[in-house]
Amino acid sequence: MTLTTKAPSAGPVRRGGGVRGVRPAAAPDRTPRPGSLYILPAALFFAVFAVGPVIGVGVLSFMEWNGLGDPRFAGTANWERFLGSGAIWDATGRTLLLTGACWVVQTPISLAIGVWSAGRQRNRAVLSAVYFLPLLLSSAAIALGWKAILDPNFGAAKALGPLIGYSDGDLLGDTQGALLCIVMVVTWQFVPFHALLYQAAARNIPASIYDAALIDGAGRATAFRYITLPQLRNTIITSSTLMIVGSLTYFETILLLTDGGPGGATHVLPFLMYTEGFRSYEMGFAATIATALVVLGTSLSLLIVRFSGFAKMRSTLEGI
Amino acid sequence: MTRRPNWVAGGLSCVWLAVVLLPLWLMVSWSVQLRQDYLDQGPFDFPRAFTAKNLGDVLSSGFGDYLVNTAIVTVFSVVLTLALALPAAYAIVRSRAWLATASFRVFLLGLAIPAQATIIPVYWLITRLELYDTLTAIVLPTVAFGLPLAVLVLAGSLRDVSRDLYEAMTLDGAGPFLVFVKLVLPLCRASVTTVGIYTGLNAWNGFLFPLILTQSDELRVMTLGLWNFQSEFGVNTPALMTGVLLSALPVLVLYILARRWLVAGLAGVGGK
Repeated sequence: MTLTTKAPSAGPVRRGGGVRGVRPAAAPDRTPRPGSLYILPAALFFAVFAVGPVIGVGVLSFMEWNGLGDPRFAGTANWERFLGSGAIWDATGRTLLLTGACWVVQTPISLAIGVWSAGRQRNRAVLSAVYFLPLLLSSAAIALGWKAILDPNFGAAKALGPLIGYSDGDLLGDTQGALLCIVMVVTWQFVPFHALLYQAAARNIPASIYDAALIDGAGRATAFRYITLPQLRNTIITSSTLMIVGSLTYFETILLLTDGGPGGATHVLPFLMYTEGFRSYEMGFAATIATALVVLGTSLSLLIVRFSGFAKMRSTLEGI
Repeated sequence: MTRRPNWVAGGLSCVWLAVVLLPLWLMVSWSVQLRQDYLDQGPFDFPRAFTAKNLGDVLSSGFGDYLVNTAIVTVFSVVLTLALALPAAYAIVRSRAWLATASFRVFLLGLAIPAQATIIPVYWLITRLELYDTLTAIVLPTVAFGLPLAVLVLAGSLRDVSRDLYEAMTLDGAGPFLVFVKLVLPLCRASVTTVGIYTGLNAWNGFLFPLILTQSDELRVMTLGLWNFQSEFGVNTPALMTGVLLSALPVLVLYILARRWLVAGLAGVGGK
């Protein structure tokens, strides 16, 4: 691909027709451009099935709807209930706690594994092929597999639970234990993905920087602190934001692993949205919770666009 | 330059290896033993005897059909995503139309939408379109929420195509459509693979859209089938683990045959 893009014969062609001369540096534009027709299907499709629902969430949060028939206008009733509900505030707190805990646990591990597996040594290559294995399983499969592993009667939790203070091994039946389990499962599932991001970024750090530091007598720790970490700054931001926004919407893991239990101990906002909507058929109230999630998620994601390479894409016409 | 081995990192990497492998080993080990052996033995004991009975149980309870449904959803999602995203990416990079610029902005914002939070209006829309309880109902929102990333990754790779190439083709008398077919499509083959794999995995592993948009047995997809097994098989953990592993088998085959592409597809989010 690189070879073809550098086709030298195109040079004279470009010089041939500088007629308009407004911007002499730019080539004259005689190429026919694709019209709106090329983007219309995607734009329409996205508008109907993604943008529409996002607006719809906000609209439905002011409606009353049981899933059948037509939604009816309900004023601010849902929002009053939302703001006045103790369960919602508890779930919000728990969502933020879970988000924070998942970030704190996952970031150092993914960073370490990513940087380590970026090395070209043979053993590292082999091990990282194994490290990425959890990526092959769906959230549903992982949650069900771990549920069996955490089973207090027949699973591994019976033997391993006592080591971390759960003598009966019933982590999933304990208020804090259940949250701990979710953090554990989420870490096991998502660390490989974030490690992958760090691995790619770490491989892009020029080796010459490390060589120079080595000549100056920098040790391994110094090189990590003053070269690797600053060079990975953008990746840390991207990965963290993906992690944070992702944790706001964990749903399958909680539904399958704890089903919100024990006794509401793992009720987080997306889980409540599902149960309000599709178990209690209070679609309006569910939409209110969803609106809160969209606002929270979108404002956090906009930080990705701002701090990561996404926003820069506009200006990298030449490619790097 | 000789390097001193990093013992600390080596040690920790072995710890993480155990963390990754132990659960996988337990799942594999349980899936190949009889239920009675699993109940009699401790969780960590090596299987007393290997059996294929669990596989038979899982397949005879309809898991094969679930996999077929999932495969249908996956194929149609990938095809529809690429059919929409490829021309869109071409227009975003090359077109001067305001719709292209505006759409690009919307797609950028679209990356930020958490799909899970829109299930209620999506449910409303699908019931109004009278598509409830069809596989099409799963494909449509899956494609819609995968579009922003697909378009951005494809546009990113098209930006690297030299302008001279477009002009050379134009001199030969090619219109936009011919340029699209003869230049754009061949040049972004690599990112098409990335987008295809990423979209495919999303559809393969999808849970929430099938959960709220379908209900009948015949349309059950693999992820919901697994969940159903949990209640159906009760404490028959070996059968459940067999289903869990079976659901990942096609992805594992892909991983072994085309690891580079799969990893590129998985990293699609962070890659560009």
